[in-house]
Amino acid sequence: MIKKKIIAMLLAGGQGSRLSVLTNRIAKPAMPFGGRYRIIDFPLSNCANSDIDTVGVLTQYEPMELNGYIGTGQAWDLDRNSGGVFVLPPYISGSRGEWYSGTANAIYQNIAFIDRYDPEYVLILSGDHIYRMDYAQMLARHVESNADATIAVRGVPIEEAHRFGIMNTDAEGNIIEFEEKPRAPKSNKASMGIYIFSWEQLRQYLIADEATPDSENDFGQNIIPAMLRDKRRMIAYEFKSYWKDVGTIQSLWEANMDIIAEPPLLDLSGKFFNDREWRIFSKSPIMPPHYVGPQASIERSIITEGCEIDGTVTHSVIFAGVTVEPEAEVIDSVLLPGARVQRGAHVRKAIIGENSVVGEAATVGAARQPGDGDYDTSLTGDITLIASGTEIAAGSHVPVGMIVNTGLYGGKQKEA
Amino acid sequence: MQGNVFGLVYTGESSMQLRDLTYSRSVAAVPFAGRYRCIDFVLSSLVNTGISNVGVIAQKNYHSLMDHLGSGKEWELHRKRDGLFILPPFVTHDNTGIYKGTLDAYRSVLGYIRRSSQRYVILTGSHTVFNTTFHKMIEQHIQTGADITIMYNEVPLEHNDDQFDELRLDVDETGRVQDLQLNPYRPTSFHSACDVFMLEKTLLEYLIEEAVSHGFTDFIRDVLLKKVHTLKIYGWRYDGYIGCLSSIASYFTHNMNILTRQVRDDLFNPDHPIYTKVKDEVPAHYLPGAKTRNSLIADGCVVDGEVDSCVLFRGVKVGKGVKLSNCLVLQGCDIQEGCELDYVILDKGCTVHSGCRLAGYDKFPVIIRKGSSI
Repeated sequence: MIKKKIIAMLLAGGQGSRLSVLTNRIAKPAMPFGGRYRIIDFPLSNCANSDIDTVGVLTQYEPMELNGYIGTGQAWDLDRNSGGVFVLPPYISGSRGEWYSGTANAIYQNIAFIDRYDPEYVLILSGDHIYRMDYAQMLARHVESNADATIAVRGVPIEEAHRFGIMNTDAEGNIIEFEEKPRAPKSNKASMGIYIFSWEQLRQYLIADEATPDSENDFGQNIIPAMLRDKRRMIAYEFKSYWKDVGTIQSLWEANMDIIAEPPLLDLSGKFFNDREWRIFSKSPIMPPHYVGPQASIERSIITEGCEIDGTVTHSVIFAGVTVEPEAEVIDSVLLPGARVQRGAHVRKAIIGENSVVGEAATVGAARQPGDGDYDTSLTGDITLIASGTEIAAGSHVPVGMIVNTGLYGGKQKEA
Repeated sequence: MQGNVFGLVYTGESSMQLRDLTYSRSVAAVPFAGRYRCIDFVLSSLVNTGISNVGVIAQKNYHSLMDHLGSGKEWELHRKRDGLFILPPFVTHDNTGIYKGTLDAYRSVLGYIRRSSQRYVILTGSHTVFNTTFHKMIEQHIQTGADITIMYNEVPLEHNDDQFDELRLDVDETGRVQDLQLNPYRPTSFHSACDVFMLEKTLLEYLIEEAVSHGFTDFIRDVLLKKVHTLKIYGWRYDGYIGCLSSIASYFTHNMNILTRQVRDDLFNPDHPIYTKVKDEVPAHYLPGAKTRNSLIADGCVVDGEVDSCVLFRGVKVGKGVKLSNCLVLQGCDIQEGCELDYVILDKGCTVHSGCRLAGYDKFPVIIRKGSSI
């Protein structure tokens, strides 16, 4: 095996339970985002564009969709003779085998994979953030500072800092303390979950951590604190561009809306998406351009291949193969691939799952009515959620913030 | 059976009638339907039939064709066994590199034909647009015991589609071709060939060798027309949509026809999709000033003006206050604020500066050459 300078390990194991029914049957990194992408396109494109050609994707939850999506890695130019992209599920070795019990344990279980490439450095990524980052620059910082670990951080508003893992640094950017969700934060530098380690070092810490009986086998909880205790040289790498955790319904919806904000926070025609030298790659759905019908009205929206739009679409993100029939209206919503909004239906501030159908004259995201009963909106707030493959019967009414799970919805069957 | 067929696509069709569109590219590489090139349709139809050995005969201006096809991976033709073979002209002592006709081209790729292990070959052109699979044609060819099977569709007797190099077939009730006419002045048949021919490879080899030894150069004119009574030629009727892009007028018409649902459903049947080179464009973005009606819009477009009955290819920018109607706007054009365009074909990468007004006529659209700045 050809020796690699750096390889990336992408932690894609998350079940994404805060995304509720959206991740019923898919792992969070396979979640569609931004019209034609999936969340994992961002770290994978970052790797490809940063000249990292070997990526291990660690997954143990609903891997089918993710596996199928990644395929040979061709979409990201990661189909390589030596290296490439590998999906790494947990496995049984000898008579032993276990699920990944934590982020550090997932890497520990794949030490053999990393050793095959004998890399000098390992980049640890997570699969639930939207951002565009040149890992090569971060690596350059790591190398020139002669660091043992480099952690990407970004400034968050100090009043929100208590929700993050906070890195306290000295004037040179050396990390002197790490506090997980501190009550009284001393800095606003939040860890982005992106680490570069010198592999020799990390390898030892992973083995030592595994031998510690009460360890949670987690990078933030165990590995980073252990390295800090040993006075390893750890530096913070500050990142200032767009970055968003899309782990909740609210943040997923917001990040989609960031693309169509005015001015856009995630600029389709600007540096983020449309840099010819730095494309965000994705797998093509192999569909024709979208068609806009004679009665259609579209504004402040993004629309991609395979769509047929005959109704009104305002301030929405429309994925591949979506149909919006005449007199239907879609406002402030995200329509995932293959969704269908039938004649006269109204969809407002909703996320409609893949291949779901909103029947004729149905309303999704409508104001609550007295007969709606009680349902839990703790995950959704005012965003209405329709799971993949769900059919909303003609004329039915889905009130704001409700979650509709698979099956036929309307009249008889209600699931919250 | 489809495993026993290979495809041979000729891309050297006369391009005079497509004028500026073929100034820097071969007909096969002419953009079509927002994100495709002409050749995508015939290539996808071959691939969707299960054919995995396809030769593409390149003639002149084939840079953009080669760039488009690459290794053939988008058509799954990057194979260890067979796959895509781009066959550019090469100069030897008996080869000038410029083909005098299709037969001359087939002669120069005889080596490829001989090496192909399949029993049958499907010969096609590259500027006829349709989406089908050839399973039924192959089945019919074998079942009738035909020497050659020609795919045809039904057209009006005198159709004014500006057809060039048109081959009309007289087909009897059994499907056998009784007569062939090339560019008839007064056509007597409703049946027009779609530039797809199936025959046994060994017969093709024989026909090429025999005709070439008599100094002939064109497959249709010198082989099919001369042998219509000695060979058993059958027609295979195709009732789907056919677009022969042989002139600016027909190019314009067939692009605009995609705005009709039936044509779209036929050409983009999801059971056998059309593959093309993937460009990783971003989704199309509609800004507050966008008013779009009856149009086909590709990814990467940014629309802030009025677009009515147009086909916008990838990455087109339509500025504020622009009025665009009945236009074909090819990849990467930039139409700036306040322009008004009607019946205009803008080739790739044109810039139309603020306030310009251009208008053509439905039978005679204005065509602006690649990269122009107005």
